[in-house]
Amino acid sequence: MSRHFREISVVAALALVLIGLAFAAPGFFQPQPLLSLVTREAPTLVVASGMALVIICRQIDISVGSQFAVCGVLTGLLASLGWPVATLVPAAIAAGAVLGAVNGTLVAGLQLPSIVVTLATMVTWREALRWWRQGEFVDLPVKLQWLGLSQRTGQWLLVATALMVLVVLALGLRHLAAGRHCYAVGADAEAARLAGLRPRRVTFLAFVLVGALTGLATILNVLQSPQVDPKSGTGLELKTIAAVVVGGVSIAGGRGSLWGVFAGLLLLACVSPALTHLRVEAYWEKAIQGLIILLAVLADGVRMRKTGP
Amino acid sequence: MSAPLLQLRQLTKSFGGARALRGVDFELHAGEVHALLGENGAGKSTLIKIVTGAHQPDSGSIALDGHRVGTLDPATAHALGIACIYQQPALFPALSVMENIALRLEPVSPGRRVDWRQRRDRAAALLQRLGANIQPDATVSTLSMPAQQLVEIACALGAGARILLMDEPTASLTQSEQLRLFAVIRELRRNGVGIIYISHRLEEIFSLADRVTVLRDGQSVGTHATSAIDEPALIRLMVGRELTQIYPPAGSVPGRVILAARELGHAASGVHHVSFEVRAGEVLGLAGMVGAGRTELARILFGLTPADAGEILLEGKRAAIRSPREAVAEGIGYVPEDRRRHGVILEMPVAENMTMAIHPRIFPGGWLRFGRERALALDYIRALDVKCAGPEAVGSSLSGGNQQKVSLARWLVTKPRVLILDEPTQGVDVAAKGEIHRLVRRLTQEGMAVVLISSDLTEVIGMCDRIGVMRGGTLVSILPGRTDAHAVMAAALGQGPMAGGSA
Repeated sequence: MSRHFREISVVAALALVLIGLAFAAPGFFQPQPLLSLVTREAPTLVVASGMALVIICRQIDISVGSQFAVCGVLTGLLASLGWPVATLVPAAIAAGAVLGAVNGTLVAGLQLPSIVVTLATMVTWREALRWWRQGEFVDLPVKLQWLGLSQRTGQWLLVATALMVLVVLALGLRHLAAGRHCYAVGADAEAARLAGLRPRRVTFLAFVLVGALTGLATILNVLQSPQVDPKSGTGLELKTIAAVVVGGVSIAGGRGSLWGVFAGLLLLACVSPALTHLRVEAYWEKAIQGLIILLAVLADGVRMRKTGP
Repeated sequence: MSAPLLQLRQLTKSFGGARALRGVDFELHAGEVHALLGENGAGKSTLIKIVTGAHQPDSGSIALDGHRVGTLDPATAHALGIACIYQQPALFPALSVMENIALRLEPVSPGRRVDWRQRRDRAAALLQRLGANIQPDATVSTLSMPAQQLVEIACALGAGARILLMDEPTASLTQSEQLRLFAVIRELRRNGVGIIYISHRLEEIFSLADRVTVLRDGQSVGTHATSAIDEPALIRLMVGRELTQIYPPAGSVPGRVILAARELGHAASGVHHVSFEVRAGEVLGLAGMVGAGRTELARILFGLTPADAGEILLEGKRAAIRSPREAVAEGIGYVPEDRRRHGVILEMPVAENMTMAIHPRIFPGGWLRFGRERALALDYIRALDVKCAGPEAVGSSLSGGNQQKVSLARWLVTKPRVLILDEPTQGVDVAAKGEIHRLVRRLTQEGMAVVLISSDLTEVIGMCDRIGVMRGGTLVSILPGRTDAHAVMAAALGQGPMAGGSA
């Protein structure tokens, strides 16, 4: 079986869905609604790329949704203070990186299990934000939305940014020694250490990176709307983990690629508009997404049994 | 004499191609302490596992009280009164002593009402029989190692064990704890329990055992009353074979000193006061029984458990090796014992495994060059004759011997000054073994210093220019290469001269 079997099968599934829709509901392929759909998913794609990295390192970060909310509110407040966009971007990235560093320190430094650490930070950031903001929305300066450009141009810009992040990360993961180290640490951290790599440092940096990417994702979100919702990012961890798993990244670490994650995210994002166009009731969305995840996990299970762990 | 308590006849057992037992006969009488002795890999563990039902023999028969037992699985062995005390107690650390005893003795039925008073009384009675001052309510994790051992023995007694196997029970005990354990064993013997006692310590065998059986290469080479044999004769029985394999000739003349250890130690792993030197072009062997501290010493040299005493010198310069990364930077390579788990990354392709330790050197700027990586991998696949589908084949698709070669190649590409090999030919077939031996020779001819840890005495003697023998966490003597196997074995068992270990 090919090494890229899982990636190929997700892309094939996506192609199948799109071809099916082309016959059953040609209305799905209207340019403007499609562009809006992809724009809505742009922040998720950026976070999912980071999540993929963390999962390849055999860790998990379920605090991304809370990081997203904290960074979003911070960015919104800075924007309303009149900070220009050129300074908002590094500020959001830095805020995310700091939150990621907290996770990274606890997981890599103290060797605590990441699922518990990030569960704790998820609740902590979320509750701290609620206590601080009392659920108040942050109003953004009018000229910030779509950077003052037309909506269409703004949407293209956001999508292009997200795709650029994906491409840079995907290339880095494959072509940089640092990317190779992620796979090695995720596959067998002790073997990686015996080869002179530094698993703890790799793990720490993966958490910092997912935080920084979440910070960047908030910018892509903030630019789309007139307000920042302090409850934004709720469920983001589930969406991104789902995309990563469907995209063929092994939840046991050491395997997968961002191309698969990209296809996985698109596949899951298609479900809701596809149902609308097929005139199926919308509450089937979650069930179908769940089914897709289950199929992906089953495929991994079959693969594992065939080739051994 | 009545029928023996336990009688094994012509037991054989193979694992894959390796024959662990080749027709072993063994007898245990009631009220007897019968010692089992042999080199690492002679078949002792396999024999124990067959008696406890963990493994089924390929052929041969097992009889208890003269009645043949069909198949012996762990449940049957338990029911027949066979119990085993392992070196590391196998208790549930978070539960109390009486709960642990109850778990072994009470029937498994989830709806049953638990009689706590009876549990406590029974535990107290059993512990009293052993003369142990242990509270039934105590949590097992708070007990010392010997106390936990006594709880294990109490479990066995409570289950009405008539045959007790003890695998190196004194390995982690102090002198006085040993004496108490011996008293318990003698008491059990008086009560008619048959005890199979495994130990590397000859003085224990002579003071405790009635008879001793020596295993060698999966066969019994004789059973003797301890009163009718002496230590040199026992060692002769254990070793007693000629060098059957052909080892490549030494050839190279050792050059300057590459690696030197001075009074090296690491308290937590029990290694202390180790001093030695290895020269360019030299193979220094490390022999010793399991638990003597050889792997622990290798881990210190490679920075996995950094030394907390003494110093390491590389070509005369003091080297602070606090992590594997620093060891790699100093030009030390380490092929670990547990290749299946940590020598190669099974999910990764051969090429990626081979370049793992030299990323900074062959990929300046951190940018991977796949062409260069592939070419390098092809070179080493050819040089070491690695049988694989190509550089892209994943590690798990290779046989054990070929995985070992990939693990070796990972270090050879770094051109290390010192290469530490921990059991490099364990579980490797004969042909691959010979290739690895020739490779080690070639490397030393190119000026590398090699430290070779091996439990295979013929390998140590055939391959090494000098042989360091470890016992009890320290280097007890350094013998010349091509030395007499008896001398190595005697030193490993503590019968040789107690040299200070300077080379």
